[in-house]
Amino acid sequence: MSTIALLAITGIGLGGLYFLVAAGLALIFGLMRVLNFAHGAFLLLGGYFGWLLGAHLFGGAVTITNLQFVSVLIVATLTGAVLGTLTELVLIRPLYRREIAQVLVTVGLTLVIGALVIGIWGADPKPFPTPAWVHHTTRVLGATVPNSRFLLIGAALVVLIALQLFLRHTRYGLIVRAGVENRTMVSAMGIDVRRAFTLVFALGGAIAGLGGALAGVYFGAVSPDLGTVLLIDAFIVVVIGGLGSISGAALAALAVGLLQQFANYYVVGVGDLAIVLLLVVVLLIRPRGMLGAAT
Amino acid sequence: MSGAALLHVRDVHVQLGGSHILQGVDFDVPVLGVTALLGRNGAGKTTTLRASLGIVPRTGSVSFDGTPLNGLPTFRIILHGIGYVPEDRDVFAGLTVAENLRLAERHAVPPRYDFVFDLFPDLKSRRRQLAGTLSGGQQQMLSIARALLNPARLLLVDEPTKGLSPRLVTETVAALARIAEDVPVLLVEQNLGAVRRLANHAVVMAEGRVVHAGPAGDLLADTDLTRRLLGVSCSHGVPA
Repeated sequence: MSTIALLAITGIGLGGLYFLVAAGLALIFGLMRVLNFAHGAFLLLGGYFGWLLGAHLFGGAVTITNLQFVSVLIVATLTGAVLGTLTELVLIRPLYRREIAQVLVTVGLTLVIGALVIGIWGADPKPFPTPAWVHHTTRVLGATVPNSRFLLIGAALVVLIALQLFLRHTRYGLIVRAGVENRTMVSAMGIDVRRAFTLVFALGGAIAGLGGALAGVYFGAVSPDLGTVLLIDAFIVVVIGGLGSISGAALAALAVGLLQQFANYYVVGVGDLAIVLLLVVVLLIRPRGMLGAAT
Repeated sequence: MSGAALLHVRDVHVQLGGSHILQGVDFDVPVLGVTALLGRNGAGKTTTLRASLGIVPRTGSVSFDGTPLNGLPTFRIILHGIGYVPEDRDVFAGLTVAENLRLAERHAVPPRYDFVFDLFPDLKSRRRQLAGTLSGGQQQMLSIARALLNPARLLLVDEPTKGLSPRLVTETVAALARIAEDVPVLLVEQNLGAVRRLANHAVVMAEGRVVHAGPAGDLLADTDLTRRLLGVSCSHGVPA
């Protein structure tokens, strides 16, 4: 029982991390139909700027206070938001309706930022600063669960609820939901949909930046390959959930996290294979993903 | 007609997917009444509306009330005071009726909910219903209501009776007649009965060009001309 509880809770925690990485991708693709390969760069820089704050302002301590940790998360989130905004304004906006060019430029940005990170901070992983309680464990149903998993679950829930509130109860959320269906008609109602595009990129970048910092918590460190490794998982989650669906991304992240955790426990090393098989099965049975809209 | 024109369309060309869809379209929309844009399927009527609004790329010039619209993005053209009711309604199916209308609200412009609910009372009682679950006629009303929520100086309406039952066609035409008392309308319509009821002016297109412009009554009264230009007699498809 304790093993099942441990696998379930850590699987949900991993799903939380996947959701944080995938939510921004789903949001951006949903409105803009942009496959944003730069998402990994948002995540990477978010994680590194969070680490930088800890390394420079907090004396390089690996263990920091709760307040300092909150400031690390805020800096990571803002880093992602700023990078997302700049990417949309400078690189994506001139390339609307040129999907191949968008893919190339976002892949290029990821490569450039990855190389810059290695050039500036080296290829070695950097220990990520966290409060002491994150390193401790909590007993649940007989299982000893690392507190970092609860942190990931809590953060994912907060982001999911905040996104749903944004989409349901704000004017920009309304524009995004309408734009996912028919952005031409949104423009034909007198709405500058480009502003919504910029906002969505900023929001997607912010969530990715937060995801980068929390990935640092999950792995205990940030490294230059953080973005590319998690980007693959994020794309799998977004495709399984249904391109553009936030709720679908949440469900898919949960399924992928749990499957990976259980698969790896019972047959060591098959977690990644199990995810790919899940992707294949979902695409064969339901090509538009779990909650994707029909096209 | 051009002397008191609200919308001037001059030498408009549109090329899409290698096809030359519009080949130098010229016409004016007067400041009063309904101007029907007519023509057989594929003549370029819908493309003309979409090109005027900047939805599809075009060359040539379009001006609205003396203001050139060339190079402006669609949303800016709309904000000059143009309401657009697209072909196939294009309501947002996943949004409620209230949300579809709320989306049309503009900053600093009081929304005219009383006006649109007076025009289409059915929408008021269905505010919480998803637009995708409305009937075709109700979706058409929502689409028109959306365009009228803000004061419009010109309404572009694309095939509003398409796919509707005869009763709904009659209701839609009656609503448009009421709207046209206050707002000039550029109407794309295949139903000549609706055109007869609504239109003051007619512009006929064929193969991407304007081939006739003049009073709608004169066109519809000339059976030979109607048959030659539109391929139907004026008694065809009259709903009411």
